Amino acid sequence: MLSVVSLTKRFQGLVAVDHASLAVPAGSITGLIGPNGAGKTTLFGMISGFLTPSEGRVLFEGQDVTAEAPHLRARRGIARTFQIVQPFAGLTVAENIAVGAYLRHPKRADAVAKAREVGTRVGLGDQLDKPASDLTVAGRKRLEVARALATEPRLLLLDEVLAGLNPSEIRDILPVVRSIRDGGVTILMIEHIMQAVMTLCEEVFVLAQGRMIASGPPRQVCADLQVIEAYLGKGAAARMKAEEAVDA
Amino acid sequence: MNARDLLPLILVLSVLAALPFLGLSGSVLNFLVTTLIIALAGLGWNVLGGFGGQYSFGHAAFFGTGAYATAILQMKLGWNAWGALGAGIGLGALVGLAIGYLSFRAGLRGSYFALVTLAFAEVFRILANAADFTGGAAGLLLPLRPGLATLQFADRKLFYLLVLAFVGVALLISRWLERSRFGAHLIAVRENEEAARALGVDALAVKLRAIALSAAITGAAGGLYVQSFLYLDAGVAYGTWISVEALLAPIVGGIGTAFGPLVGALALQGLGEITKHLAGGVPGVDLVVFGACLIAVIAFAPRGLLGLRRRPRKARAVPVGA
Ligand SMILES: Nc1ncnc2c1ncn2[C@@H]1O[C@H](COP(=O)(O)OP(=O)(O)OP(=O)(O)O)[C@@H](O)[C@H]1O
Ligand SMILES: [Mg+2]
Repeated sequence: MLSVVSLTKRFQGLVAVDHASLAVPAGSITGLIGPNGAGKTTLFGMISGFLTPSEGRVLFEGQDVTAEAPHLRARRGIARTFQIVQPFAGLTVAENIAVGAYLRHPKRADAVAKAREVGTRVGLGDQLDKPASDLTVAGRKRLEVARALATEPRLLLLDEVLAGLNPSEIRDILPVVRSIRDGGVTILMIEHIMQAVMTLCEEVFVLAQGRMIASGPPRQVCADLQVIEAYLGKGAAARMKAEEAVDA
Repeated sequence: MNARDLLPLILVLSVLAALPFLGLSGSVLNFLVTTLIIALAGLGWNVLGGFGGQYSFGHAAFFGTGAYATAILQMKLGWNAWGALGAGIGLGALVGLAIGYLSFRAGLRGSYFALVTLAFAEVFRILANAADFTGGAAGLLLPLRPGLATLQFADRKLFYLLVLAFVGVALLISRWLERSRFGAHLIAVRENEEAARALGVDALAVKLRAIALSAAITGAAGGLYVQSFLYLDAGVAYGTWISVEALLAPIVGGIGTAFGPLVGALALQGLGEITKHLAGGVPGVDLVVFGACLIAVIAFAPRGLLGLRRRPRKARAVPVGA
């Protein structure tokens, strides 16, 4: 579905992403993990078209989209959420989602109906007519997901949608993510919370200092303790193992 | 749009259409004509500034283009007034598109965009003041020839109704913006351009369409202005006065709402008239009162007069612990 071939992004002197490659099979939930500042969000920026790569290519469903504008990629079926949530603050929750829904539904009545349906699906059903600025952190994260989902994407890029949520909120949102995939949307998610990665992802890529250092099924990647220790810092592997134990 | 969306619009237009038949004096009717022309210019500004969040300080560029085209095509090329007015609207849209292309392509936003539009209007004013075909500093005097083809009516009521029809169309366009995909895209670009683009919105195309539409409406106001006064010079056509009127009306009435510019224009022009009368002979007092009222609106009704009738936003929800 998606393949990223040797992508590089340089910001002046800094190499944020360094010849990173990854592949996301259709129908999967694929994880992208790595320490802070590893370049994960930058990689998303290049996949969704907001950043122009210094080198490398982005292929979506076999077509080279490296130089395509973000709105054209959205029309192709690539949707993203923003790590720093970007609500349309002056609009209601339903109106926010409707902007996404208009992509495939030019008529207002259809777009609004679609928006309400998607909003309800992600658990915002009783907040649809509130101003988006009244939402809590958890609500805003759901809104990011809902808006992206309303564009009826084939590939959904989730950038830390669980960050800042408490454990019960995370428990509530995990089934939502899984149901999105079961509805036929391929997912690539950036996540720090290993428990979630373990439960959801079939395949995980590890990015550290811009380089892709490991990939495979989450348990196998976690077992690669040396790699993890080296790149995620001392104790990271132990922490992951502990989380894995909690999860099991 | 369904009948319910249009009901307020039909009501307001009916009331305004009935006004001239209540035996108003000629000067009151003239006042209403000018107010509606300014409301029309404001409705144009509101498309780009209110719905699109791109604040222009130079809508005179479109007003003046509409006005000059309407006058010059009749006087120099012998066009029929309707055709000239139509061409004025089209040329206004083209000038809008050109200014929009240059500034939005360059990524100008906020005060930079405002300053660039102001600069364009000023350049046009200076050029129009110097050129021959615009009548230069002496201006243009449209010959008095009452008739349907010349859009000059012996009965002032008819001209009032014509201007009102244009206001009606502009209100309809604004209402459509509140109810359509294009309007939703425009508002999304205003609220957060990045997020809009991620949702498939071609932000540049949306802004260009908005400025063309906005300029066309304000260009129509310019064309009607010259038909109303039969006189035009560079200071009237491209002067900052109309740029300011066009943005004050929506800001005072309710920015980004369909009726805001109309309410704002009525309030501001009415206030201007009243203070002029009350001030009597003391020059400048009306401007002081006018300024004070403006400050009051901005301080106490930041969302405009129409914003007052909505109940205040309730307090933010208590944040849930992260
Ligand atoms: N626009 C930019 N200009 C300059 N440097 C940037 C820019 N965007 C990101 N960077 C730098 O690139 C590196 C990678 O940042 P990025 O946001 O992609 O990391 P990340 O893996 O998403 O981190 P986090 O887990 O904290 O979200 C960081 O060092 C960051 O400071
Ligand atoms: Mg990030």
